[in-house]
Amino acid sequence: MNKRRITPGALLRRNGVQTILASLLCILLGLLVGYLVLLVINPQGAWDAILAILKNFLYYPSPAAATKYFGTTLVKASALLLCSLSVLFAYKVGLFNIGAAGQFVVGAGASLFFGLGLHLPWYLCLLAAVAAAALAGGISGALKAYFNVNEVISCIMLNWIALYCVNMLLATVKEQSTPYTRPLSSVNKGALLPSLGLPAFFSGNEFVTLGLPLAVLAAVLVWVLLEKTKFGYELKATGLNKHAARYCGMKEKRNLIVTMMISGGLAGLGAAVFYLCGIEQWMVQQTSVPAMGFNGIAAAFLGGLNPIGTIFSSYFIQHITSGGSYVDTGMYSSQISDLISAFIIYLCGFVLFFKLWLNRLLDKRDRKLSEKQEGGKA
Amino acid sequence: MLLLIQYTLIFASVLALVALGGCFSEHGGVINIGLEGIMVMGALGGALMMKYIPAGTAAPLILLLVTLSSVMIGMVFSLFLGVAAIRFKADQTLVGTALNLLGPAAAVVLVRAINMSESIDNVSSTVVYGEAKKAFVVSIGRFEFNWFMLIAFLALAASWVVLYKTKFGLRLCACGEHPQAADSVGINVYRMRYAGVLISGALGGLGGLVYITAGVSEWKFENGVAGFGFLALAVMIFGQWKPVSIGLAALLFGLFRALSNVYTGFDMLVALKLPSTLYNMLPYAISLLVLVFVSRKSRAPKAEGIPYDKGQR
Repeated sequence: MNKRRITPGALLRRNGVQTILASLLCILLGLLVGYLVLLVINPQGAWDAILAILKNFLYYPSPAAATKYFGTTLVKASALLLCSLSVLFAYKVGLFNIGAAGQFVVGAGASLFFGLGLHLPWYLCLLAAVAAAALAGGISGALKAYFNVNEVISCIMLNWIALYCVNMLLATVKEQSTPYTRPLSSVNKGALLPSLGLPAFFSGNEFVTLGLPLAVLAAVLVWVLLEKTKFGYELKATGLNKHAARYCGMKEKRNLIVTMMISGGLAGLGAAVFYLCGIEQWMVQQTSVPAMGFNGIAAAFLGGLNPIGTIFSSYFIQHITSGGSYVDTGMYSSQISDLISAFIIYLCGFVLFFKLWLNRLLDKRDRKLSEKQEGGKA
Repeated sequence: MLLLIQYTLIFASVLALVALGGCFSEHGGVINIGLEGIMVMGALGGALMMKYIPAGTAAPLILLLVTLSSVMIGMVFSLFLGVAAIRFKADQTLVGTALNLLGPAAAVVLVRAINMSESIDNVSSTVVYGEAKKAFVVSIGRFEFNWFMLIAFLALAASWVVLYKTKFGLRLCACGEHPQAADSVGINVYRMRYAGVLISGALGGLGGLVYITAGVSEWKFENGVAGFGFLALAVMIFGQWKPVSIGLAALLFGLFRALSNVYTGFDMLVALKLPSTLYNMLPYAISLLVLVFVSRKSRAPKAEGIPYDKGQR
């Protein structure tokens, strides 16, 4: 007669449900901490400021303007999604790709230089970005495979090297009076990503382009590659235990390098998607690595390290990051959203513990229930 | 030339302090990727103390108070890593990265709030501490001796003694090499690991303070500490987790970092007509190169990065 009903207890035991719960908890606690910090700085406007961050583009009363800025947030979120996929892919193979930021920089440099310096069409710029960033990632992978260099430290060094190199490279295509690179729309229209008619849905926001569907497609492809192919299985096996992988006849060194190349390529694609829609120009005097790659880490972990989950978490992280610019700048600074997303990453470290704790709690409850039933029989 | 030596020594002091911090944490078994964030927070603590200290305070007192506030803030901030990594068995790389993002973001938010409360138009993230900084420096001829050079040297010597000659140091190392064995002879692994992380917080925070007071008299916190925490980790690996080697490695890296500040003073280097960006890049490129050569036979503490679980065999 028991038709295997899904009880709340069984539902809570599912890994996916636990992950979603944990992520929501991280978000709530992160926002709470942000709110507390705002309260300490200035109690009067704290609630409004948190609301402004959460509302983001809804700040504009007219629906047309709101949809337009929704489009802008989506464009940035698609670049962020690709960066977080880069982090996620490497992490699944046991590598911590903190170099997504640097690979993003390399991708930006390659795509803008091919577009502005060499006047090539968009698809070549895109490919150049992916290839250059894959190479940058591959360097870290090769150093790890052949010289046992910790990938976190080599990635950080490469981040800075990439930043300075790209600054030098793009200084050749900058505007004369400003430190920014010349706009693609005036120099080489062919390098702009095709719009596919998407701007019509976003009140004519011309930055919404092919990049958006491309990023979502990449998420799906990464999921398929990791979960449904032999190649992905091999990569994950290498990540779990490289000695066992070698024993089974897998080429663990090659797998390491290929992983970092794919990971780098994803970050490079993110940069191409971002810079080839013309939404921003590169500032050639930048002295810090763009935050996109680091936010990718937040999005990857908040998404429960699941490519599909990352689609939502990337959007959320970008949503609050963009929302930060709407807080009352007379009282607070927009970096409050950086603080919130940094704290969310920190909280993600506790997810494993949370799951253990939840399972233990459920075990205890089940034991009590069964004891009660036993008692009833006797 | 004198200027080069001066800058080399001061940057080497920064690197040595922070690398020693990393060294203590890793000998206890906790990887501290978050040194960069700890440096920023320590720098913030010191900078604010310098900003608010009354103008007439005696120089030694200033030195003491500023150092103490950096060290305290660094230790408190490092507890974020300690609690997550030791009590909650979190992924140490992830939490460390979170600290690196949390530190600069918190510093910018805080400094901006302070600046804005002073004057509504001041939205910069800069702390000015010109006067108090003079307490750290003694001019010997044209050479500006900085007390922190001495402190860094003393810290190196003390670390050597503590790590190799005291019960505490040997126990700490045992917790990073084989925590189960350490536990079996009655050492409290959790407590030792907390101690390691706290020491790294103290040294990292102090290093951050030294970094922002090296040469400049105000600091823009949006810039963080430009990857110095990671350079220090490279120094630590190059020094193979040993205090004496760390000191020498720090001198080498300090030299390359100093070159980007003062290369214009050398006719030979100016004649090469290299872009200044290249000199900025140099420390990172050299450290990558060095890592390639030393990492293969690295002698890292065996159990680092693995959360200790009493119940596990």
